[in-house]
Amino acid sequence: MSNTNLILIRKATIITHDKTIYNMDILIENDKIIDVDTNINVDQCDIIEAEGLYVIPGLIDMHCELCEPGFDYRESFETGGAAAIAGGFTALTCNPMTSPIIDNKTVVEYVVNKGHNVSPVAIYPYGALTKGNEGEYMTEIGGMQLRGIVAVSDGDISIQDSKTLKRVLQYASMFELPIILHCEDHSLSKGFGVNDGYIATQLGLEGSMAASETLMVAKYIAIAEELKIRIHLAHISTKESVELIRAAKRRGVRMTSETSPQYFSLTEEAIKGYNTYAKVNPPLREEEDIKAIIKGLQDGTIDVISSDHQPHNIDSKAIEFSLAANGISALETALAVSFTYLVKPGYLKMEQLVEKMSHRPSHLLSLNKSFFGVGHLADLAIFDPESDYVVDATKFKSKAKHSPYHGMTLKGLMKYTFVEGKKYTLNI
Amino acid sequence: MHYNKKHFLDLKSLSASDIHYLLNSAQKMKYVLENSKGYVAPHLKGKTVATLFHEESSRSRLSYELAAQNLSAKVINITTAREFNQKISLKEVGTYVDKMGADFIVIRHPISGGPHHLAKYVKASVINAGDGLNENPSEALVDLLTILEQKNSFTGLKVAIIGDIMYNRVAKSSIWALIKLGAKVSIAGPATLIPRDIEKTGVTIHHSATEAIIDADVVLCLKVQEDRRGVALIPSLNEYKKLYKINKTRLSYAKEDVIVMHPGPINRGIEISSSIIDKEGSVLDKQQGSGIAVRMALFHLHCRSGGGSLHV
Repeated sequence: MSNTNLILIRKATIITHDKTIYNMDILIENDKIIDVDTNINVDQCDIIEAEGLYVIPGLIDMHCELCEPGFDYRESFETGGAAAIAGGFTALTCNPMTSPIIDNKTVVEYVVNKGHNVSPVAIYPYGALTKGNEGEYMTEIGGMQLRGIVAVSDGDISIQDSKTLKRVLQYASMFELPIILHCEDHSLSKGFGVNDGYIATQLGLEGSMAASETLMVAKYIAIAEELKIRIHLAHISTKESVELIRAAKRRGVRMTSETSPQYFSLTEEAIKGYNTYAKVNPPLREEEDIKAIIKGLQDGTIDVISSDHQPHNIDSKAIEFSLAANGISALETALAVSFTYLVKPGYLKMEQLVEKMSHRPSHLLSLNKSFFGVGHLADLAIFDPESDYVVDATKFKSKAKHSPYHGMTLKGLMKYTFVEGKKYTLNI
Repeated sequence: MHYNKKHFLDLKSLSASDIHYLLNSAQKMKYVLENSKGYVAPHLKGKTVATLFHEESSRSRLSYELAAQNLSAKVINITTAREFNQKISLKEVGTYVDKMGADFIVIRHPISGGPHHLAKYVKASVINAGDGLNENPSEALVDLLTILEQKNSFTGLKVAIIGDIMYNRVAKSSIWALIKLGAKVSIAGPATLIPRDIEKTGVTIHHSATEAIIDADVVLCLKVQEDRRGVALIPSLNEYKKLYKINKTRLSYAKEDVIVMHPGPINRGIEISSSIIDKEGSVLDKQQGSGIAVRMALFHLHCRSGGGSLHV
């Protein structure tokens, strides 16, 4: 046996979605885990001393913009992939908010091929629900599915017309693909990026009402429940949404939901001083909403934590608030923010975080990933759960080198990421 | 007391003593202005004031320019197209003007926070002459100066603000300042024109004009428009008039010596009834002298506190 492709991770704390095992050695050969045991002895291999570090299955992101094709000045598969690795993600999805929009099989093919060729992590495209994300005409989902989409979604745009929505959901439901929906009534808000409340009043800005989200959540649930269609609601931000989803799930509606780190770590206070780096859609809400989101994560109302990575060029961010683009460069902080704000204070167990950031996304998207054990692909993230580190957005691998978390002290510094056995050493 | 601010962006971030200091300084300027006509003070000699107006304005710009000239500054004016041009960013225009050696940039901008944004990138002192739906702090100072002259103090004063609060940035600046200065502020207007959670500033909200006016020392009327960008915010001016017009009956609930102020031009018979407008001295004119004096004070104080890139 040639030992050149062997990597031994020693004395690690392994945490998967359902168990934690301490003081374990993990042996990786080529792309697979070949042994997990206490005290593995191998001559001549690359050794990682992982005492005190957490080893988890690679994270899988369900809500991410990679901007290709069309906007590669914002992010590319290469830089998005590099950002993913820096953040412990081993598989990404990409929203169809591209140019051209991923709404036909040709673009799907392009994304799949280029993603495969240039990105260090796996990239799985979402196909648009409606042509051009315009909320009117259905796309050829069947054709896109054959070329490799793993879900359908109109990205951060909601289909406004109820009759169209009903037809689109009906049609999309045939394909057993997750239908991922953004929740915003555009007649009440158009990505204003600020919650409608006292902070908006203080800053003289037009705000997005919580009701804008609530109305769409209610509408989606009503249609999905009556027609027995499975839906997945993206980046939930309000307590009212959490309540609606909780009640719907209790009634047996086939639905899942997700939120993103900013909705349990930052409030609308973050945009004070016209801080465009904290401008996101849906907007940052209030303390009460954060509590409800955390409760929703605890009781399973919210199934998934996605990064909601929306990389924007600095020129789209360092401008007047109302003109600034919505979105956070989030891949490189998602795990640390979630770990710091959910696991450290004891709201979630680390296993639950792995469930929400890896296992559940893999299951929902049928990726057959996030398994840990002998014979499985070595997709792993290794991070330090104890040391403090200060976020420095200027060092991001993403093209979007800015963040509302810049300068904040977090725990959960990523040390190594393994993608199919390939080791990436970070921050050492 | 020492005033030490580089930019003048809003009143909400200033303390009561800052505002008092500004008003006090404006009073002195006004005294000089009224008693030595034609005198050009040397305070801003060698300095350049650029007025950067992204929205049309005649009165404001004029009073800024006169104020600057009264202090011996050079004045340059850049007024961009009526429609705000997104292609040349504010940062680009602003930093260009800055590099040309402007010591002050007086900016009016259609987006809330525009001047705050500019202030991050320039060496010059930025003076906010109105931004989006946020504030118009200098214009509010003019109103405050008028109130101070009439009532001598703000403490315990009851000020009723009637009309469209949402789209009136002067009113918002006034609210921030009046609360800090110890006045009691009650506002009344159609619910569609009251900003969300505004009561958290400390004002009381009424939907009846009369209720807001009870015992008022000052009634500040605001301009009203039926729609903004095609969105109807009130059913009609006729309905507005019935509910919010300042007439004799409503005004009788205020204090004897109440003053009524209006930014002008008045929608006669809609915001205020004709009989009140025409009664000598009942509605206070915008005092142009105060407008210029306030701006002179702003230039003077911000010049002292470090405005100016090339001449320091």
